[in-house]
Amino acid sequence: MKPFFSSLLLVLGLISGPVFASATNEAALADDPVAEKRLQELSKELRCLVCQNETIAGSNAELAVDLRREIRGMIRDGRSDREILDFMVTRYGDFVLYRPPVKGITLLLWVGPLALLLIGIIAMRSYLKRRSSQVASASRPLSADEARRAEALLKEMNDK
Amino acid sequence: MNRYFWVLGAFIALVVLLAVGLNLNPREVPSPLVGKPAPAFRLAVLGQEGQTMGPEDLKGKVWLFNVWASWCVSCRQEHPVLVDFARRGNGTPIVGLNYKELRGDGGIDMRRVPAEQEVPLALERASGWLKTHGDPYLLTVMDIDGRVGIDYGVYGVPETYVIDKTGIIRMKHTGPISPQILNEKILPLVAELNK
Repeated sequence: MKPFFSSLLLVLGLISGPVFASATNEAALADDPVAEKRLQELSKELRCLVCQNETIAGSNAELAVDLRREIRGMIRDGRSDREILDFMVTRYGDFVLYRPPVKGITLLLWVGPLALLLIGIIAMRSYLKRRSSQVASASRPLSADEARRAEALLKEMNDK
Repeated sequence: MNRYFWVLGAFIALVVLLAVGLNLNPREVPSPLVGKPAPAFRLAVLGQEGQTMGPEDLKGKVWLFNVWASWCVSCRQEHPVLVDFARRGNGTPIVGLNYKELRGDGGIDMRRVPAEQEVPLALERASGWLKTHGDPYLLTVMDIDGRVGIDYGVYGVPETYVIDKTGIIRMKHTGPISPQILNEKILPLVAELNK
């Protein structure tokens, strides 16, 4: 197990070289923990368009590094979170936001699952209703005629 | 029986929805810039020392704005299409935006490049590339740090914008332009905008 871990560490060390490199390049705001925290929060809201399922916070793609730098600059200039997100949306579209805004084109995205759930509930209720009425009608007492026939059949069986 | 038709219908609708969804290209993110004015910039022109250029210089003309870099592999694939477009000479200028010539190149360790050498080195590499592959551009501007690229929402080089006479972006294409895209989308649009 030990050699495995040490080789793992070695590999991690090798591939994370650039990570640390960019981390030191990006240390501009590190002396301001509040600003750095804002940067972290903001870049978690933003999608990296190069590696589409990563946030700008988590991605090490060239573009993500550039955009973090851009956000840093805007934080330093005293811009609000709203302004910074708008800056990104006007350039890259709503797709850049991990939480797309509710509007016409994204409506299906937001209400779709709820609508499906609702349809499911309605379908299940009507099915259960129908079924219980079927069961109820099936369990009515036998008519006199039916009772006589059942009686006859039972008798026949017993005689055999 | 009727009920099964409904179920079958719903199932087919779901399959169609998923089939369409799976066939969309997730890389093709619609640009919010289409229909908006081309973001302003003023950048140094490659090969013409002291010269700068901005979008307002081309007001009154329909033009293409093509983002490229010498490290961009797909640009090599696209380039002959642009050269051909320029050679056919319908007068539509193509302006090149050289995007992060050095900084975008994953093979270059920027910590080893002295700051004062970055621009000359980038200019040298960019013009060398155009010499080898042909120069279809009216001119190329140098976006050394990629700031203009951010304003244009560049996320995958090459990208191409069609800009109309009033400076409005009318189309954006991400990825290399194929002859088919040129003939079926770009040329008709340019012809229409030139009317």
